[in-house]
Amino acid sequence: MTRLTRAFGRYGPSLVLFGLLLVAWQLAVSVLGIREYLLPSPWSVVEALTGGDIAWTRHIWITSVEIFGAFVLATVVGVLLGTAIAWSDIMSRALMPFLVFVNTLPKVAVAPLFLIWLGYGIVPNVLIGALIGFFPVVINTAVGLNQIDQDMLDLGRVFNAPKWRVFAKIRIPNAFPYILSALKVTATAAVVGVIVGEFIASQRGLGYVIITTQSSMNTPVAFAALVWISILGLLLFGAVAALARYLAPWAEGSEQ
Amino acid sequence: MAPVIALDRVGMTYAADSGLVEALRDVSLTVEQGEFVALVGPSGCGKSTLLRLVAGLRAATTGTIAVNGAAVRGPIRAVGMVFQAPVLLRWRSILDNVLLPAELAGLDPKAHRDRALALLELVGLADFAAKRPAELSGGMQQRASLCRALLLDPPLLLMDEPFGALDAMTRDEMNLELLRVWGEAGGSGQGGVRKTILFVTHSIPEAVFLADRIIVMSARPGRIAMVAPVALPRPRTVEIRTSAEAGRLALAIYEALTRRVAA
Ligand SMILES: Nc1ncnc2c1ncn2[C@@H]1O[C@H](COP(=O)(O)OP(=O)(O)O)[C@@H](O)[C@H]1O
Ligand SMILES: [Mg+2]
Repeated sequence: MTRLTRAFGRYGPSLVLFGLLLVAWQLAVSVLGIREYLLPSPWSVVEALTGGDIAWTRHIWITSVEIFGAFVLATVVGVLLGTAIAWSDIMSRALMPFLVFVNTLPKVAVAPLFLIWLGYGIVPNVLIGALIGFFPVVINTAVGLNQIDQDMLDLGRVFNAPKWRVFAKIRIPNAFPYILSALKVTATAAVVGVIVGEFIASQRGLGYVIITTQSSMNTPVAFAALVWISILGLLLFGAVAALARYLAPWAEGSEQ
Repeated sequence: MAPVIALDRVGMTYAADSGLVEALRDVSLTVEQGEFVALVGPSGCGKSTLLRLVAGLRAATTGTIAVNGAAVRGPIRAVGMVFQAPVLLRWRSILDNVLLPAELAGLDPKAHRDRALALLELVGLADFAAKRPAELSGGMQQRASLCRALLLDPPLLLMDEPFGALDAMTRDEMNLELLRVWGEAGGSGQGGVRKTILFVTHSIPEAVFLADRIIVMSARPGRIAMVAPVALPRPRTVEIRTSAEAGRLALAIYEALTRRVAA
């Protein structure tokens, strides 16, 4: 019972606001008589969520795979580059200018190039998602690996531990909260990148579904695709948060 | 046999952002095998610095340091170090923190588990083995870091105010345990040989109770102001601790310290 009241105390206000917005939306549509292709009613969006003429399962599946791929790729590449930067000054001096340059590029504008190079399919979309999402992981990994008490490093030296073991046992765990907090940003960025990729060139995926509604004026379907995209984004974000709690419970609240 | 620790006219100057800080000047000192030497001095006089130099964690600016006859040029081997702060890894349980030296040395931590648990038992932390550092008080963390230093049974111990955060009673208990670990009664140390201990403290009675010899340092730049042999019999007991002779020695050291600080 107390758990329930506490949960309500926490989520209640936003749920109430959400409900009010839905009601206002429905009222606006039905009272003002706004036409469906401009602003569909909440109910028609709900109907469109599983609506028959779109192969939702297939599109959702493709987009999920792309988002997950982009996220994993950004994480792996980001952690590797961040570790390389923290490992040695030379690598840091070699890599940093490149990375900063890549990061200042408007990555969305690079997307069409990926299409030229890689053709249609999920690969370019995964790459665009990863490209947009990897930079925070690089930076936070490098910072987390270096943000460490001299005493802790001395601990490694007192016991004559080789450098890689100090990384494995001391620096990398120390960097976990930093990396995990970057992954939350990356989760969101991967979704953006993948959808942009699907906008530009795809015949599958939720981004593609939205593009097709432009010509068909099937606005409820566009809204439904948006809802699906945000559900995917929330799921990934939630999974990262759960992973953080599992991998670094000692860092609760200390991240960000 | 070469002394375990030999410092010859050692000086140390830090280059800090605010300028040069001369922490130690012209410190010469030897510690023999099996000796228990206490180091006292006002805070900031370079005690921690001196331990770091001996451990090879930093290089002295002038003079030479040798450990077991070999010049120190980098982190030395087979040393147990208790830092002034507990420096526990916050993501590890207390037990895993105590086992860290084995892991860092590439040994199998499982083989050291029993010893780690026995050490935790010794310092009264048996019930806290599975807890994380944040769940322990400062004094408990210090005791855990002592266990970590003892895990691999090193012949040389460098201890930086290891009992500074303990209440008086626990501190007395820990003092007795430390003497046991050191091998005061003979035979309980590694291979029946006493360890060599360099022990920094700001408690004069503690220094008197534990040490064979007390080195008194002057305020910054740290120099050796006085070397006082402790002629009290061993094994040391509570009676010895409160004896008139111990009191006289403590007073002499107190006077040497305050005189130097005032001057
Ligand atoms: N890493 C450092 N950089 C600059 N100055 C330092 C550093 N470590 C210690 N010092 C300075 O050196 C002096 C001696 O410090 P320390 O050895 O910690 O003294 P103690 O342990 O006796 O209190 C102090 O003035 C301190 O501020
Ligand atoms: Mg100190």
